[in-house]
Amino acid sequence: MEANVTLKKICDRFPDSVVETHSYRGDDTAVVKKDDILKICQFLRDDKELLYNFMMDLTAVDYLGTEPRFEIVYHLYSLQYNRRVRIKAKVSESDCSIDSIVSLWIAADWFEREAYDLYGIIFKGHPELKRILLYDGFEGHPLRKDYPIKKRQPLIGPTN
Amino acid sequence: MAAELIESIVKILFIFGVNVGFFSPILGWVERKQSAIMQDRVGANRADVFGFRLIGLFHPIADAIKVLTKEDFVPDGADKLFHTLAPFISLTPAIITFAVIPFGGHYEIFGHSVNLVIADLDVGMLFIFAFGSLATFGAVLAGWASNNNWSFLGGLRAAAQMLSYEVAMGLTIIGVIMVFGTLKLTEIGAMQENFFRWGIFLQPIGFILFFTCAIAENKRAPFDMAEAESELIAGYFTEYSGLKFVMFWMGEFLEIVTIAGVLTTLFFGAWHLPFVTDQMLLSFFSFAGPNGSNILAMLVNVGTFYAKLIFFIWLQMTIRWTLPRFRYDQVMRLGWKMILPISLINIFITGIIVLLVK
Amino acid sequence: MADLAKDLHTEHMVMNMGPSHPVTHGTVKFMVTLDGETIVDLKTNIGYLHRGFEKMCENGTWEQVMPYTDRLNYVSPLINNVGYALAVEKLIDIDVPDRCKYIRVIASELARISDHYTNIAAGGLELGAFTAFLYFVEARELVWDLIEMLTGGRVTSNYVRIGGLKNDIPDGFKEKTQDVFRRCRELWTDIHKLLTKNRIFIDRVRGVGTMPPDEAIAYGFTGPCLRASGVLYDVRKAHPYLVYDLMDFDIPIGENGDNFDRYLVRMEEINQSMRIVEQALEKMPKGPINVDMPQYRWQAKNDVYNKIESLIFHFKTVTEGIKPPPGEIYLAVEGGNGELGFYLVSDGSGKPYKCRVRPPCFPLTAAMPRMVKGGFLADIIPTFDMINMIGGECDR
Repeated sequence: MEANVTLKKICDRFPDSVVETHSYRGDDTAVVKKDDILKICQFLRDDKELLYNFMMDLTAVDYLGTEPRFEIVYHLYSLQYNRRVRIKAKVSESDCSIDSIVSLWIAADWFEREAYDLYGIIFKGHPELKRILLYDGFEGHPLRKDYPIKKRQPLIGPTN
Repeated sequence: MAAELIESIVKILFIFGVNVGFFSPILGWVERKQSAIMQDRVGANRADVFGFRLIGLFHPIADAIKVLTKEDFVPDGADKLFHTLAPFISLTPAIITFAVIPFGGHYEIFGHSVNLVIADLDVGMLFIFAFGSLATFGAVLAGWASNNNWSFLGGLRAAAQMLSYEVAMGLTIIGVIMVFGTLKLTEIGAMQENFFRWGIFLQPIGFILFFTCAIAENKRAPFDMAEAESELIAGYFTEYSGLKFVMFWMGEFLEIVTIAGVLTTLFFGAWHLPFVTDQMLLSFFSFAGPNGSNILAMLVNVGTFYAKLIFFIWLQMTIRWTLPRFRYDQVMRLGWKMILPISLINIFITGIIVLLVK
Repeated sequence: MADLAKDLHTEHMVMNMGPSHPVTHGTVKFMVTLDGETIVDLKTNIGYLHRGFEKMCENGTWEQVMPYTDRLNYVSPLINNVGYALAVEKLIDIDVPDRCKYIRVIASELARISDHYTNIAAGGLELGAFTAFLYFVEARELVWDLIEMLTGGRVTSNYVRIGGLKNDIPDGFKEKTQDVFRRCRELWTDIHKLLTKNRIFIDRVRGVGTMPPDEAIAYGFTGPCLRASGVLYDVRKAHPYLVYDLMDFDIPIGENGDNFDRYLVRMEEINQSMRIVEQALEKMPKGPINVDMPQYRWQAKNDVYNKIESLIFHFKTVTEGIKPPPGEIYLAVEGGNGELGFYLVSDGSGKPYKCRVRPPCFPLTAAMPRMVKGGFLADIIPTFDMINMIGGECDR
């Protein structure tokens, strides 16, 4: 089926890496192992029949209670073939890191910094992984499910 | 002797009063109202005295009161002497340069020859340039002495711009001086009695170039990159408040008036009505006797001069509110690579024509 | 000359265009390293307007997220509303009635027009063309009058609902739109004469902030900035949603990818959006505006007060929230700045498990250093203006 060309090619090329695929509501999704994310993304970007040149979105979801806890979600778009795909990689809390894909798409730079800032996921190979939306003295990673919504932070600012 | 002294004092008071006392606050009001009309809005009209709004004419008074009661501070680490001195250096040339601009001709009143100019210098035009250059110091010192990177950048830009355009301005005027043959502003004014001897017909390119250079000297839009609001907050006068801040602004407004005065004198017939010679004016008022006719002619000429002045002020205001701002390198390029060569060509052409006519 | 320059001891000056600066609207901090007036390096600090949108969404019901979406891109709030509602409807897999689709298209395009007006006006203001700013602000006021007539609010409208809309188009809307658009077209011509042919303006924006197309794609540009670089990508044409496939409109493309092209693309898009609104008003069918599914969309107040089923569903959806089936979706709409994406994860309860917004101006702001390095300090202003970074959307 035309819509599933991407998923078929990923499964053919990387049969060991793909954990599962689905197309819920028409969104092609592939869950892959986190160690192969760089190879898979490179394949998706460079293959002549896929050409995913847009890295649209990079985010993480915290499934507290399941193991592995975090899931990094990549949304890619191919301008040529007008197709979208979602790649997900599960990351556990104890080994909270994954390869950075900045070398493939520069757009990932700030998106990965945001995921680090809000979830605490380390992106190995990122040139400058520091907080982006929150200030430097912030403690914790707020979008994690165990971060209480009413938590207070220490006061910062110049002392008079 | 005493009559001359009284005459000088009256003229000084008149010019000082009209310029600093009248034009300065009124120009603030004009800026607000003219920009409002151009931009399809009402403008400032809230200040009132006992309920009389008077279309916002009380706003300058309100501004004056506000400014005088504001805290006057010198920022930390700033050079106190220069920080305080800079607005004075910026304001004084703007007031003084008007001393050589004639606002009327020669009149015989009560047996006394009245010459409507405060100082009839032989080097009138050079005097204006000399003192105009001094205003550069004000901007540069303000930028340096404020101990603020943004002011510093503003002062830097101001220095570069003002110096470049002074050179260009001097060269553009040479054409006018060649045609009229004198630096004395009263003589240039007197020579424009005939309508077709007005400077605008004799030196059209010179007019446009001088106008551009003068606006650039004054640091008004489109050349206001030294105080560019959106880039440098307020440029070289960021760290000023209260009276010193207003002195910068007053200097700018007074320089608008001075530029308008110089333009009128050099290019637009000074105090002459078009197609009306001095004799025609005196004979028109002959019903009032010799003194009366002179006085009435004097009033008509002064009125004409100020009408032209107001036209040029209006023109400068319109340009300010229409055009966007130049970038630093574009201003420099315009001054050195375009205006300077064109003014040199202008001198060349004028020289040839003067030689041929003579 | 070069020897002279080598002997002079120079230092690079680090300037802080801090969060409160007239030009960094949206509160951004630029740490600019200057060599004279040339920019050697630019570091961007965002996050001054971070309000915790995602965390707040996870603590309310699906319907309660709607006012938060107004405040994302606060110059075109209706587009955010429409995008979120469409995303939740995709998650639930329901389809709204046709009339609702047309009204949503009208609302989106009015918001897009007001967004472009604000951006071009601010661009003119920052460059010193104060008059241009006020002309377009007048045009924006008229468009906001229309939006107020439609939704009740000028800026944060909170108009779209999951499964429908708050209210139908009022009487007299079509005639008022014609009047407003006539005046807006006059003002558009005024601005076109004031800016597009103005040598000073063109000198400030042409050749400044250039972004070649392949780098723009690598940076994740979308929207008018990408189209100015010459890449034809508009979500309304690529993945048509609502009734955009029935509308006849063009997509303007630029050539060079500099600020002047971005300005021209936005000016032309205003015209195209006005075309879309006029077509939608012509073709609007009659019918209901809300989908008839009380478990997702409240029934009319008359029914809620009189029928027991409507009352029960109203009670349940207000207290516990609507319950989309578990799953995750991603939906993109064309925002004022580019692809506004919503990634929603539902766990079957009344509260969103994750409500992620893909902000279109986030990658645009990330590319600021690339666009201004080597240029002048004064080039930051038109570049940053034409990107149209909206703080509410970039920082959420």
